[in-house]
Amino acid sequence: MSPMNWTLATPEIFLGIAGLLILAGGVIPKKETFFPVSMAVIGAFVVTAVLVLGQGEGTAFLGQYVSDAFSRFAKVLILLGAALGLVLALDFNEKAGIGRFEYAVLMLFATMGMLVMVSANDLMSLYIGLELLSLSLYVIAAFDRDNPRSAEAGLKYFVLGALASGLLLYGSSLVYGFAGSTNFDRLADALVGGTAGMGLVIGLVFVLAGLCFKISAVPFHMWTPDVYEGAPTPVTAFFATAPKVAAIALLMRVLAGPFGDLAAQWSQVIWVASIGSMLLGAFAAIGQRNIKRLMAYSSIGHIGYALMGLAVASDTGFRGVLVYMAIYMVTSIGTFAVLVAMRRNGRALEQVDDLAGIGRTDPAMAMWMAVFMFSMAGIPPLAGFFGKLYVFLAAVQGGYWVLAAVGIGTSVVATYYYLRIVKVMYFDAGTAPLDARPAGLTVVMAATGVATVLFFLFPAPIIAAAQVAVAAIAG
Amino acid sequence: MNAAGFPILSLVTFLPLAGALVIMLVRGEEAVVARNARWTALWASLITLALSLLLWTGFDQTTAEFQFVEQAEWLPEFGVGYHMGVDGISVLFILLSTILTPLCILSSWESVTTRVREYMVAFLVLESMMIGMFAALDFVLFYIFFEAVLIPMFLIIGIWGGGRRVYAALKFFLYTLAGSLLMLLAILAIWYQAGTTDIPVLMQTVFSPQMQFWLFLAFFASFAVKVPMWPVHTWLPDAHVEAPTAGSVILAGVLLKMGAYGFLRFSLPLLPQASADFAPLIFALSIIAVIYTSLVALAQEDMKKLIAYSSIAHMGIVTLGIFTFTAQGLSGALFTMLSHGVVSGALFLCVGVLYDRVHSREIMRYGGVAKVMPAYALVFMVFTMASVALPGLAGFPGELLVIVGAFKVNPWVALGACMGMILGAAYALYLYRRVIFGKIVREDLKALLDLSPREYATFAPLILLTIWMGVYPSSFLNFFEATVAALIARHEAALGAARLAGM
Repeated sequence: MSPMNWTLATPEIFLGIAGLLILAGGVIPKKETFFPVSMAVIGAFVVTAVLVLGQGEGTAFLGQYVSDAFSRFAKVLILLGAALGLVLALDFNEKAGIGRFEYAVLMLFATMGMLVMVSANDLMSLYIGLELLSLSLYVIAAFDRDNPRSAEAGLKYFVLGALASGLLLYGSSLVYGFAGSTNFDRLADALVGGTAGMGLVIGLVFVLAGLCFKISAVPFHMWTPDVYEGAPTPVTAFFATAPKVAAIALLMRVLAGPFGDLAAQWSQVIWVASIGSMLLGAFAAIGQRNIKRLMAYSSIGHIGYALMGLAVASDTGFRGVLVYMAIYMVTSIGTFAVLVAMRRNGRALEQVDDLAGIGRTDPAMAMWMAVFMFSMAGIPPLAGFFGKLYVFLAAVQGGYWVLAAVGIGTSVVATYYYLRIVKVMYFDAGTAPLDARPAGLTVVMAATGVATVLFFLFPAPIIAAAQVAVAAIAG
Repeated sequence: MNAAGFPILSLVTFLPLAGALVIMLVRGEEAVVARNARWTALWASLITLALSLLLWTGFDQTTAEFQFVEQAEWLPEFGVGYHMGVDGISVLFILLSTILTPLCILSSWESVTTRVREYMVAFLVLESMMIGMFAALDFVLFYIFFEAVLIPMFLIIGIWGGGRRVYAALKFFLYTLAGSLLMLLAILAIWYQAGTTDIPVLMQTVFSPQMQFWLFLAFFASFAVKVPMWPVHTWLPDAHVEAPTAGSVILAGVLLKMGAYGFLRFSLPLLPQASADFAPLIFALSIIAVIYTSLVALAQEDMKKLIAYSSIAHMGIVTLGIFTFTAQGLSGALFTMLSHGVVSGALFLCVGVLYDRVHSREIMRYGGVAKVMPAYALVFMVFTMASVALPGLAGFPGELLVIVGAFKVNPWVALGACMGMILGAAYALYLYRRVIFGKIVREDLKALLDLSPREYATFAPLILLTIWMGVYPSSFLNFFEATVAALIARHEAALGAARLAGM
C-alpha cells in the first residue's frame, strides 16, 4: 500500500483551490464578472499546466492516483484545449446573453475532473473524475437555459450520461467482484496471463460501454448530434475537444494497464466500435445541413480512426492514438473558432450554406477553414495526414487489414463532405459578409492553423513525447 | 554530388512557395494587388526556371546514380528522411514543370480577372508540389507531394473553372484520392517490411512474389487513375473541360505524367516480377485506351474534350512503352511523356486563345479562322502536326521508339500502338480542318484579332521546343539513356534471380 504522498497531486489541488477562490471572487461583486473570471480561470489553467510539467512520478492517495509521462502528456493537451475553449466563449457568450461567470467556473471544474480521470489508478478515482466532468458538462450543455434547444441538449445528455455512468459503475462492481480489487496495479497482477472468467469479461465490457459513451463511439453515439446542435457553439467546441482527449486517454490507461493481458477480449469490442464509428461518421455526415451536426458526425468518425490504433493494442497503435488525438484536438479548436465566428447582423449562424462566399468576403478565415477541412480529410502535408499515417501504420503492422481498408474507404467518403464545405466557401456565390469577428477568435484560428500547416516541419518532438507517454502505461 | 554545397533541388522546389508567401502578404486595392500578384508570380516562376536550368547543365548523363542529392533527418526513428535527388528519369520532368508554369502564368495574364491573388498563389503552390514530387527520393515525402498537388488543382478547377466546375473538381479530387489512399496502404506495408522508405534503399529490397502482387495492385490503383488508363479515365475529360486554360495545361502537361512516373519509379524497380506478370494486362488496357479514346475523340463537339481524349490515347502509348521492358520502349515512353507535356499543353493554350476571344469551345462555332488569324493558324498547325507525330516534330521520335520496343515484345501490341497513330492523325486533322479552314459563317468571327505580343511570347518557347525535340531528339534521349539501361539490367537480374529460385 503506497502512502498518501498527497503533494504529488499539486496541480489538481491547486486547480481545485483556485476554482473555489475564483467562485468566491465571482459572487461577491454586484456586477457581472464573466470576463475577469474567465481570465482568472485561463490563468489558473496556465499555472496548472506549468505545475503538471514539473510533476514528479509515482502514486498517491493509497494508490488511487498516479502521475507519469502519460498523464502529463494528456493533461497538457486537456489544459490547452480547455483554455482555448474558454477563449472561444468570451465574445460569443456576451452576445448570446449567457455571459455569466459560472460558465468559466464550471469549465474549471470540468477540467479538474478530466485531470483526475487521466491520473486515475483505481476504478473509484476514475469514477469520481468522470462524474465531476460529466456533472459540469450537463450544466454547461444547458447553459443557454432560455433556449429550448439548449435545455433539451442538457437534459438529453444528462439522461443518457447517467445511464452510461450506471453501466460503468455496474461494470466496475462486476470487475471488483470477480477480480477482488479496484486498483489498477492489483488488477494487472490478478489478470496476468490473460485468462479471465466470464463475469470479469462482462464487467470489462460494461466499463468499456460506459467509456465509449463519453467518447461517442458507435453504438453509443446517439446523443452526440443532438447535443452538439443544441448546445451553444462554444460549448460544442469544448465538448468536441478536451473531454474527448480525456476520455480516450482514460480508455487507453484502463485497457493498456490493468486489462492489458486481456487484449484479445477487448480488442474485438474496440474493433467493432472503430469500424462502426468510421462508417457512421463518414456516411451520416453527408446529408447534414447544420454545420454543428456535421461536425458531430465528423467527430464520431475521427474517434473511429483513433480507436483503430487502440484496437491494434500495440505500442505503435497507442502512440498513434495519442498523436491522432493531439492533432484532432488542435484542428477541431480551429474549426470551432470559425463556427463561433459565423455571425451575420448579430445573429449566430449554423448552416453550412451560411458560409457561402466567405472565400471572397473574408479570405483569411476561409483559408484557415480550408486548411482545417483538408487536414481533417487527411490530405498531406497538413497535420491530419500524419495522424492518419500513424494509426494506419499501426493497423498494417498488426495485420488489421480490414480496419485499414475500411479506414481508407471512409476517408474518401468523409473527404467528400469536408470538400463540400470548401466548395461552399470558395465556389458558391455568397450573400452579405459576416460580421467582424473579435480578435481572440482570429488569434485562435491563426495559431491552430499555423500549427496544422507546419506540423510536418517538426513532427519528431510530439511523436517522441507520445512515445514516452505510451511507454509509461504499456511498458 | 553536392551534399555539402548548394541545395539546388530544395531551392527549386521551395522558391515558388516563397513567391506565394510574398503574394499573400501584398495589401492594398484590388487592382494593385492583382498587378503585384501577376508580376511576383511571373518573376518567381522565371527565377525558378533559371535555377532549374542548372540541373540541365550540371547533370551528368553518363551515370544512372542519383545526382544533386540532399539528405536531412526528418523522422529518424521511422527511417523516413528528407531525401531529394534526380536521375535521368526525373530531371527532365522538373524542367518541364518549371517551363510550363511561367507560360501558364503568362497565358492567364488577362483571362483571369477575379481573385488574381489567390490564383497566382495556387499556381505557385502547385509548381512547388510538382517539382517536389519529381525530386523526392523518400516514399513518404513523395506521397506528401503527390497528394498535396490535389489541393491547389481542386481550387483552380473549382474557382476559376467553367459551368460544371464544382462537379468536375469534386470528381477529380475524390477519384485520385481513392487511388492514392490504396497506395498509402502499400507504402505502409513496404515501410513495415523494409523498415525504411528511402527509395534508393528500397530498390535493393526484394519482396516476396505474393506481396509484390498486392503491392502492384495498390500502386496500380493509384497510378492508373493518375495516368489515366482506361477504364478509370472518366475524371479527365470533365476536369479538362471545366478547368481554366492554364489549369488544363498543367493537368495535361505535368499531372498526367505523375502516374507514368510512378510506374517507372516504383512499380518497375521495386516489383519486377509482378510488373512482368501484369504486363499483358497493361498492354490490353493500353491498347483499348489508344483505340477506344481515339474513336471517342473523333466524335467530340468540344475542342477541349477532344484534346483531353487524345491525351488519354497518348498516355496509353506511354504505359505500353513502359511495360515492354526494352530500352527503346522505356526511352520512347519517357520521350513521349515529355513531348506530350509540351504539345498537349500548347494545344490547350491554342484552344484558350480562341476561348478568350469568342468564349466558346464548341467546334461548330468556328470555321475559317485562318483568314482572320493567319499567325494563329500556323501555330495551331505546328502543334497539331506534332500531336499526330509528324516526323521532324516532337511527337514522332517517342512514338516510333515505343512501337519499335513493342514490336520486340509482340507484333500485335505494336500494331495496336500504330492504330493509335493513324486514328490520332484522323481526329487531329479533322479538328484542325473544322476550326481553321472553311468559310467564315459567323459574323463575330470576322473581327477576331490575331495573336497579341503576349501570346507570341507564350507560344515561342513551345514552338522552339517542339522543333528541337523533333529534329535533334538525342539531346533529350541522352539524359535517360544510362538510367534506362540500369533499370532494365536490374529488372532482368531480378527476374533471373526469381527464375533460379523458382527452379
